[in-house]
Amino acid sequence: MTPSPVPRLRRWLRPRRGWVIAVPLVWLTLFFLAPFAIVLKISLSEAAISVPPYAAILDYSAETLNVALNLGNYLFLLSDSLYVSAYWGSVKIAFLSTVFCLLIGYPMAYAMARAPARWQLVLLLLVMLPSWTSFLIRVYAWMGILSNTGLLNNLLLWVGLIDSPIRMMNTNFAVMLGIVYAYLPFMILPLYANLTRLDGSLLEAASDLGSRKFNTFLKVTLPLSKGGIIAGSMLVFIPAVGEYVIPELLGGPNTLMIGKVLWEEFFHNRDWPVASALAMVMLLLLLIPIALFHRYQSCELEE
Amino acid sequence: MTRKPSFTTVMLILGLLFLYLPMVVLVFYSFNSSRLVTVWAGFSGRWYLELLRDRQILAAVWTSLRIAFFAASMAVCLGTLAAFVMTRFARFRGKTALSSMVTAPLVMPEVITGLSLLLLFVQMAQIIGWPADRGMVTIWIAHTTFCSAYVAVVVSSRLREVDRSIEEAAMDLGAPPVKTFFQITLPVIAPALAAGWLLAFTLSLDDLVIASFVSGPGATTLPMVVFSSVRMGVSPKINALATLIILTVSLATFLAWYFMRRSEARRRQALAAAEEGA
Repeated sequence: MTPSPVPRLRRWLRPRRGWVIAVPLVWLTLFFLAPFAIVLKISLSEAAISVPPYAAILDYSAETLNVALNLGNYLFLLSDSLYVSAYWGSVKIAFLSTVFCLLIGYPMAYAMARAPARWQLVLLLLVMLPSWTSFLIRVYAWMGILSNTGLLNNLLLWVGLIDSPIRMMNTNFAVMLGIVYAYLPFMILPLYANLTRLDGSLLEAASDLGSRKFNTFLKVTLPLSKGGIIAGSMLVFIPAVGEYVIPELLGGPNTLMIGKVLWEEFFHNRDWPVASALAMVMLLLLLIPIALFHRYQSCELEE
Repeated sequence: MTRKPSFTTVMLILGLLFLYLPMVVLVFYSFNSSRLVTVWAGFSGRWYLELLRDRQILAAVWTSLRIAFFAASMAVCLGTLAAFVMTRFARFRGKTALSSMVTAPLVMPEVITGLSLLLLFVQMAQIIGWPADRGMVTIWIAHTTFCSAYVAVVVSSRLREVDRSIEEAAMDLGAPPVKTFFQITLPVIAPALAAGWLLAFTLSLDDLVIASFVSGPGATTLPMVVFSSVRMGVSPKINALATLIILTVSLATFLAWYFMRRSEARRRQALAAAEEGA
């Protein structure tokens, strides 16, 4: 039975339902979606010494409308190897950190999901608690541990494993460690949510049929937890690509990450068009990961 | 005979140690009397006294708390509406757009969100003259936007669990949808609203990157002060601040856990009593 258009129209015009939809939709469109159009616009404009520091794209004078789209910013990004290697460096560091997060987080989430019911809430709170404190302060904690005169070097010297301090601060290793440390709870949370829903009878069936434990894990548990793996990985990978704080505090001059480059273009060089172009290219790079995450998350939201 | 702990249990313990040891180190060195964070020179509470005398930090704490309070409150309203629309309304045009705009902020790199919002505010100031200068209000808008996405996720997962037959019964008996929402749905999802509010509050308190983009000279939040001090190197005053933050969050988490456990026990008791009565 298809509803006739008149009652459907009336239902749409009924005030309350429309308003309930409109409030969040308008807010998010205005403050989340619309800004990207403006970033795109400014990425196509020319830098200028003015307030704000870019030239207008549209210019109306002498009865002609001049549209000046400047692709120079994008060409500039391609021509300068600094930007290309910063994108590549970000993707590489974010990818490796995601893999490490998964390798550490998966067994943890698995143990949590298998723990006795009365322990599960406590374990979940213990894993999430650090992420509720302060991101900045948790990254800062590693500065004191990793520096040349820091705790870790002192410990290694004292044990006698090394004779002179190893340089750990201001390296890519420190950046990856920082990312793994800061984002680990976000990897564990979706994995745990997924693994607790796993039907135990499937595992029993596999073991009844003579499957070894590890084989059951590979053939049953792992494929069934694919959704959690994707969600957790995207929750780590996507923000890590644009990370600014961790490379700034733990990274060194050789750490090239795009979030830091964008920040410097914007705040130090005051080159808004180039910063916008950098953001647009980053967004383009992340479009597929974001779509992947959205597909998983909307299954979760609507089911 | 003791059972050999499984590989995953060992990993869980090691993982928790990895998460907590750096925080323990932070707390430990906040009581160090030396300015050097790596050399232990005896117990002292002087950094706490210096922290309490630091007017800049105290002012930033107050600014951050106010922004976080208002951002979390607004985010709960917007996020709950969004969650309700996504879980209770049948398909409508714009539903896909809404659900993408709720999930994308969860992962969007902060530099992109911050830059795009700043450019929006600049553009708006040029066209409609508002906001004339950036500060607490623009930070509040920015935080509300990304926090409402988190609230929507928390609340919608609760909304899906709720037994819809009670809502349907109320509406069958003639209650208008608005009344049904306030009298039936809202009390049931209240714990999720509280959880969402707290999450939004901590997210707003913690944000450095987005606030740095959209803030003006008038508004300096706590993370901005901490960041500019930490950039210069390790400082025991920040350790003292970290200790206070960790203490507050741990206490709040413990209380939340305690009340959750108690209400769970009470529910079980009521169920048992009901079974006996029947």
